[in-house]
Amino acid sequence: MEDFFSERPTKSRNSTLYQQPQPWVEKYRPKSIDDVTAQEQTVAVLKKSLESKNLPHMLFYGPPGTGKTSTILALARELYEPEILRDRILELNASDERGINVVREKIKNFARVIVGNRGESKYPNPPYKIIILDEADQMTNDAQTALRRTMETYSRVTRFCLICNYVSRIIEPLASRCAKFRFKPLDIENTKERLQMICEQERIKYEPEALDQLISASEGDLRKAIMYLQSAYRLHKNELITRSSILEIAGTIPANIIDNLLGQAYNLSYTGIESAVKEIVKSGYSSNQVLLQVNVGSLSGFLQRKSLIDQEQTKMVNVLTQIQEKIIYEERLTDIQKSTISQHISEVDNNLNDGSDEHLQILALILNIMRAL
Amino acid sequence: MALQWVDRHRPTSLNELSFHSDLSQRLGTLASDGDFPHLLVYGPSGSGKKTRINCVIKELFGEGVEKIKVEERLFQTPSNKKLPFYTVSSIYHLEMTPSEVGFSDRVVIQDLLKEIAQTPQLDSNAKHQFKVVVINEADALSHDAQAALRRTMEKYMANLRVILCCNSSSKIISPIRSRCLLVRVGAPSVAEVMKVLHIFSNKENFVLSSAVAEKIAEESDGNLRKAILMLESLKFTSGNDYPRADTIVKLDWEVYISDIAKAIIANQSETNLESIRKMFYQLIFSCIEPSLIIKTLAFELVKYIEHEDVKCQIILEAADCEHRLHLGQKKIFYLEAFAIKTMHIYKW
Repeated sequence: MEDFFSERPTKSRNSTLYQQPQPWVEKYRPKSIDDVTAQEQTVAVLKKSLESKNLPHMLFYGPPGTGKTSTILALARELYEPEILRDRILELNASDERGINVVREKIKNFARVIVGNRGESKYPNPPYKIIILDEADQMTNDAQTALRRTMETYSRVTRFCLICNYVSRIIEPLASRCAKFRFKPLDIENTKERLQMICEQERIKYEPEALDQLISASEGDLRKAIMYLQSAYRLHKNELITRSSILEIAGTIPANIIDNLLGQAYNLSYTGIESAVKEIVKSGYSSNQVLLQVNVGSLSGFLQRKSLIDQEQTKMVNVLTQIQEKIIYEERLTDIQKSTISQHISEVDNNLNDGSDEHLQILALILNIMRAL
Repeated sequence: MALQWVDRHRPTSLNELSFHSDLSQRLGTLASDGDFPHLLVYGPSGSGKKTRINCVIKELFGEGVEKIKVEERLFQTPSNKKLPFYTVSSIYHLEMTPSEVGFSDRVVIQDLLKEIAQTPQLDSNAKHQFKVVVINEADALSHDAQAALRRTMEKYMANLRVILCCNSSSKIISPIRSRCLLVRVGAPSVAEVMKVLHIFSNKENFVLSSAVAEKIAEESDGNLRKAILMLESLKFTSGNDYPRADTIVKLDWEVYISDIAKAIIANQSETNLESIRKMFYQLIFSCIEPSLIIKTLAFELVKYIEHEDVKCQIILEAADCEHRLHLGQKKIFYLEAFAIKTMHIYKW
């Protein structure tokens, strides 16, 4: 009877999956741990522990889109046979209720169950279960505290894997119980390789510059890059994907608008600034983007020195660099002025986080820049 | 017909939209294609975000989406409080404003959205196998609620597409932004607003001179809804006469705020401050949002001031007060503080 009920939804879901084109982010999620790009160190350590069949508690941290969730899912797939995978893994993310009660009951009950060894198989099938706590930095402190002892008591039969963006939001006692793995933002080479692979498989036509633009717009976030690529593909279908279409999708503000904004600040004209800011707010550009680009605009001198950005590859930043070069040589922006400006930018960012009005804040920022000059 | 013009003549298909035609076209190609992404639609108010979303949904599923019903659902928060929550839905889509329930919006996302996500489309003849959930005022969602959205959006992609509608995309956390196709809807230009106004006057059968249309378009500041409301009230007040430019009614709270600005400029004294306080209270009682008051007041004040540096200082103070207002509890303090500060700046 139960089989009768449980079968139907899975069947219909499968059929929808076949009809539905999947988002590429899911389609190209690494299937095995070798497929994980760019995190050589982490992958090497994890493979070692795969061989010895013994895993520590793990804490994965790093910026979004670097492959944290993908890695643990791939790892689980290599550890367990597909049939028992569902019984051995408990995945909880921020969309599940994860208050202290859940930790006390659901997690504890799952952790308590003892699993045995299975016979010969090509999978290691180690005698423990894995609890994945995705987005663990969103858990309350109380819930985290409740985990402490649970993690130790059941460590013979259960491994925890905490995934988070900000390791500082995981309480110290939990962090010290885990082996920490840092996921670094993807570098240009690896991102490019991955994107080219997808482009080949999906038969996308693209300008070489478009790919560079995509990489610079994604800021080391591979998921973002793939999403942008798919969006661009959806919009253009069989046409060539150009640099400007990537710019539009990524929500980047055209260089001339930022140029104008900074230009007004150098002119020391209030009215000019007011109208320029109004223009930006009216056309609906996001203020974060303004902050970012103004920042890049006024700091790209620093960036150049750090040689973080390959000049040939990132044309967009180049445009801003050109503005900056103009600024540096004509107006003689000192390092002190640059740091004052950065300080103002961070202040405004904080204010915006507190929920302040964008229009006023951006205007205030540009006025502050004007005063710093 | 008790409907306002805004609703009566709202375009219902992508072809009828009168501006941003390249954007409409792109949305059209997206909708006609089998593989539709999550959308994040952002732009200033009155630029036609909502109208566009509705058009896209109609393009996706056809006429069926116009049969809508309002539903009340009861929720239980973890602390056992029961909350009513209203949704507007058709069999293909569902529209909700989780920020209505304030702090508990996380529960709505966790329970309701997941419940929808886990059930597949009921109508097997539907053009698409997924349902669309429109989340209004997504920028007012709390961080917890946005975090709850993350995995749901990926996991249930087969059953669910989310369209987030908000004024500013910067309050959306970056994991969500990277999962959506960003659609920027900018405010219409003066010429575009004028064009729409003329369409309206044709539909309502009266003559609208270009001068009047231009005046309204400029007053409305790129907010099309405001422009149409102004046009309607203008038509209403002028009766059967031709509408004239000088009879355009400004919103009374805006007039009131400009009165405050004049009072601050005219006289910087304690007694005057007392009367200004009363005016502020009047505005707060009429449910004008305090942050909007500060913003409007600052821009009004700047109009009366010649000196560039003083203008600068006033805007900076406004930004500061507005920021603190969001951190504090009692709004009137910050309004008054701003008034006093401007007086101080102006006097010295």
